[in-house]
Amino acid sequence: MERRMLAGQPGPAQGYPCRIPKVVLATVCLGLAACGGGVLAPRGPVGHAEKMILIDSLVIMLAIVVPTILATAAFAWWYRAGNARSRYLPDWDYSGKVELVVWFIPALVIILLAGVTWIGSHSLDPAKPLQGTGTVEVQVVSLDWKWLFIYPQYGVASVNELTVPTRAPLHFSLTSASVMNAFFVPQLGSMIYTMNGMVTQLNLEADAAGTYEGLSANYSGAGFSDMHFDVHAVSAQEFKTWVESARGAPRRLDEAAYLALGQQGTSPVLVFGSTDPQLFERLVAQSLPPGPGPAAPVPDAKQPRAKAP
Amino acid sequence: MNAVAGGASGALRAPTGHGKKLEDRRTHDQSKRIIAGYGFWIFLISDIILFSAFFATYAVLTDSTAGGAGGRALFDLKSVGIETGCLLTSSLTCGLAAVGSRFRRSDLFQLAMAATFVLGAAFIALEVHEFARMVRAGNGPTRSAFLSAFFALIGCHGLHVSAGLLWLLTMMAQVRARGYRPEILRRILCFSLFWHTLDIVWIGLFSLVYLVGVAR
Amino acid sequence: MWGKLSWAAIPLHEPIAIVASAVVLLVLAGVVGWVLVRGHFAYLWKQWLTSVDHKRIGIMYVVLALVMLLRGFSDAILMRSQQALALHGGGYLPPEHYDQIFSAHGTIMIFFVAMPFVIGLMNFVVPLQLGVRDVAFPVLNSVGFWLTAAGALLVNVSLMVGEFARTGWLAYPPLSELTYSPGVGVDYYLWALQISGIGTLIAGINLVTTILKLRAPGMNYLRMPMFCWTALASSLLMVAAFPILTATFAMLLLDRYLGFHFFTNEAGGNVMMYVNLIWAWGHPEVYILVLPAFGIYSEVFATFSRKALFGYRSMVAATMAICLVSFMVWLHHFFTMGAGANVNTAFGIATMVIAVPTGVKIFNWLFTMYGGRLVFATPILWSLAFVVTFVIGGMTGVLLAAPPADFVLHNSVFLVAHFHNVIIGGTLFGAFAGYTYWFPKAFGFRLHDGLGKAAFWCWVVGFYLAFMPLYALGLTGMTRRLQHYEVAAWQPWLVVAAVGAAFVLAGIGFQVAQLVVSIRRREALRDVSGDPWNGRTLEWSTASPPPSFNFAVLPQVQGQDDFWRRKQLSDAALASPADEEYQDIHLPRNSATGIVCAFFASVMGFALVWHIWWLVGLAFLCAYATFVKLAWREQQEDSVPADLARELDRAHRAARQGSAA
Repeated sequence: MERRMLAGQPGPAQGYPCRIPKVVLATVCLGLAACGGGVLAPRGPVGHAEKMILIDSLVIMLAIVVPTILATAAFAWWYRAGNARSRYLPDWDYSGKVELVVWFIPALVIILLAGVTWIGSHSLDPAKPLQGTGTVEVQVVSLDWKWLFIYPQYGVASVNELTVPTRAPLHFSLTSASVMNAFFVPQLGSMIYTMNGMVTQLNLEADAAGTYEGLSANYSGAGFSDMHFDVHAVSAQEFKTWVESARGAPRRLDEAAYLALGQQGTSPVLVFGSTDPQLFERLVAQSLPPGPGPAAPVPDAKQPRAKAP
Repeated sequence: MNAVAGGASGALRAPTGHGKKLEDRRTHDQSKRIIAGYGFWIFLISDIILFSAFFATYAVLTDSTAGGAGGRALFDLKSVGIETGCLLTSSLTCGLAAVGSRFRRSDLFQLAMAATFVLGAAFIALEVHEFARMVRAGNGPTRSAFLSAFFALIGCHGLHVSAGLLWLLTMMAQVRARGYRPEILRRILCFSLFWHTLDIVWIGLFSLVYLVGVAR
Repeated sequence: MWGKLSWAAIPLHEPIAIVASAVVLLVLAGVVGWVLVRGHFAYLWKQWLTSVDHKRIGIMYVVLALVMLLRGFSDAILMRSQQALALHGGGYLPPEHYDQIFSAHGTIMIFFVAMPFVIGLMNFVVPLQLGVRDVAFPVLNSVGFWLTAAGALLVNVSLMVGEFARTGWLAYPPLSELTYSPGVGVDYYLWALQISGIGTLIAGINLVTTILKLRAPGMNYLRMPMFCWTALASSLLMVAAFPILTATFAMLLLDRYLGFHFFTNEAGGNVMMYVNLIWAWGHPEVYILVLPAFGIYSEVFATFSRKALFGYRSMVAATMAICLVSFMVWLHHFFTMGAGANVNTAFGIATMVIAVPTGVKIFNWLFTMYGGRLVFATPILWSLAFVVTFVIGGMTGVLLAAPPADFVLHNSVFLVAHFHNVIIGGTLFGAFAGYTYWFPKAFGFRLHDGLGKAAFWCWVVGFYLAFMPLYALGLTGMTRRLQHYEVAAWQPWLVVAAVGAAFVLAGIGFQVAQLVVSIRRREALRDVSGDPWNGRTLEWSTASPPPSFNFAVLPQVQGQDDFWRRKQLSDAALASPADEEYQDIHLPRNSATGIVCAFFASVMGFALVWHIWWLVGLAFLCAYATFVKLAWREQQEDSVPADLARELDRAHRAARQGSAA
């Protein structure tokens, strides 16, 4: 922690951050990765590719940003009024060659980055299915202030906990039961908005077992800070076991259960052993009512201020 | 703090000059007229952008009828046609009023302005009647996103026309009370620009909302 | 009778809000009391509050911005300290309050600090640089200012009566719809911004018309100072973008007040429409704020390098290119909404394209320094810090413009760090540079340099300490607007960020001290020449503070940096015009229309928030009557006689020569 603090605290006292040598930069990255997750410690192909684009673009730009910062400091210092050795050129205000260079350098950098963006945006389009067999479908619903995950292939569902197999493509269909949210598991990659009456698509994959932090990345009201959940990436075998055990859970996810979940408040982890198979489609078609908001409190609804269990 | 600003100048009076000074005064007023018209055009551009935002929303929400009626079932082209006629004619009378002010013909000016008012008021009355008919039939703005967008877009234009009517009355009163001073002539110029722009916007709305809406 | 308003609207249960309100009220009462007791009211009313002089209106805009900066920054302190403490639900602000604070912070900083600051500087400087006597529409200018102030007032009233929005500074629906935000907070937000939005539109129209139609003889477009070009670009964007905001908020208001369904979850409402519209305004808004700052840097680099701006025509082209492209990139604010790869790519690349003209600007500033004689006064320190800070902010901006990178960084504190990096490092540093640079022009004495430098260093150190940790945190997946969190590893970074905020607080303290000390020592800091920095552009050719008519005889412009050019020629070029060239000067009369109509607009806004319909109607009628009264006034202009103008002008010229000798 000590080393990380020093390296990652780029105040002017130590020079501007872009002057930090690459070694220190690498230390910061490692330090951040050690912080337990984040986009610099990806655990899936999407996250890996995005981290690579992030770092590639950063390096391309540092190639122009670092010299610019150094030149700023150098010019300002050398051409200070007190320096008798510098030449004063009061009327030097145009040079075709310099103009050409100053338009060309940024343009070239941007052309390069545009290429990276073009390829990256197409290959990493969240709606684009990933290669592989045995895709696991997950329907995701954001509610005021909890996450519902429905597994249509298995007829089970869970709240505030997502269990997925490793090395299998995951296809998420997402919607919202009330306000906008964003589904985001930093270590797996791309986030996507959830909106009422609409379905967004997201494809991810976990390539290593572990527990990852998932969260909402779009502010959604008083309970927003508690809209995080654990993602358990487990082996295919363990996933099967989990599905079996989930099926044994007594709760059923039907309209009544949905309406109860729709009340504002946080929720502990819940597992539903059976589901209404049409629930997600009805929600998207808006034939189920959206969350009531704070206007219609029910007696046992949790207060917005309740802390996470 | 500031030597002459305001304080000293408050005690000073405009000179009543002749010859060169009067000439200066005229170019002064002439350039002010150009500047006022220019600035008002910029405002009108911003107003057209405002309409564009409402129109873009309308275009996006045209099919979001939430199971309710669409434009084809709701629009009464006959009534809207009369509205359009009123507004187009009022542009003509507004133009006549501008001519009247130019030649200092108060009878022409007041008569043409009154005609403009009557035509504009008829437009508003028909529009309100049309809106009331739709609301009574359960097709008010709260029925669907399409109708929200429709009422807002057309209502925004109607609000502009109503504001124009208020302005029109004020101008009639001003000319009557004060005559054709340079600043009043500038306001008449701006008013007529405003009125003609509302006409142009309406032609857009009539074709793209009503005609296309019925044809779809 | 009083709509939804009742005594319950006073937040007696929220100690922070009520104490803050009490302090604000006490300070306000103190200031008003002082003004009344010392008998300054008549002066204040006649010379300032009803003034239509662009310089005074500009100064009042800046005063508004500085006062609101204190409010917005106290919100920032609350947020940073809350987050530093909020591990496992610690901290002292409940979500209802915290959510209002970050919403208010964003709203205030953008609309009531950054906007009035840049508009104020443009108002003050542009007519002086163009060599004219006022803006195109002086009375409207006053109306515009006072409507902005009315919006600011409404936001602050929400602290004492009712609540502010808890929706974030852009109030995305459906959260901001009545179902999910039934309180008056969103209504305060919407009406405050509608009212101030009209003010901004007026300011934009005024500046565009002024720059395009009112220039000194000989001041053709390619002789205009760079700041005028950026002011033109910025004002064009105001004219083009603000109507979109007005329309968008009008739709949300219709949803909330009359049950329309633009953005609701029911009846076909479409939230994506709101998000598109708000950013169709929101992205140009970013350039409305930063372009004038670019203009300030251009002036400052040239002046303090003792050199002409390098690549002037390139700079003009770059400015107008940014102005144009800024309307084509709005979708990059929501790559994560699920538009297809082609759409995302197109907007991503369009965004990156803006980096090209911006990069050109940076390089041209660098080459302005090349071969110069740099004098390290406070304005150029801000400008140098800007270049270093802004290239970092630009770099992270281009990162966010790449959709695949944005997919993991969007809405994280990395994004928060990025936009603070460009808004503080770009707009605010520029505004501070401009404030220090033009202060002696406005008041005739300089700001204390030592305290200015102390403030500068505190701000820069504070900025880096406060926001660099947020970049790191964003990479670890910390999202924005968290009232509490469970990841222990985040806390040390947030503590560092809070320390950074404390440094900024010290910086603001030094700025307050600088102002107080400078006013007290104004005789020692006096500048009689009107040209304390050895300036280049026309504003430095007149007295400080400039007379109400700016220039006794309108300058005949013969080239770029005309004043500098004349100073390089013989003394004859600076000699006083002949007697007959002085003529009577007509100036618009002061008018209370602005302040009175803004008063009624505030009342109307308040009545709309609380559904007090009769008061809405009454206030509207009164505001309309104010304009009718203005239209009916007998005399529009006052005159300054030629003799007086000549006398003042010659006195200033003598003083300048005296101080040069």
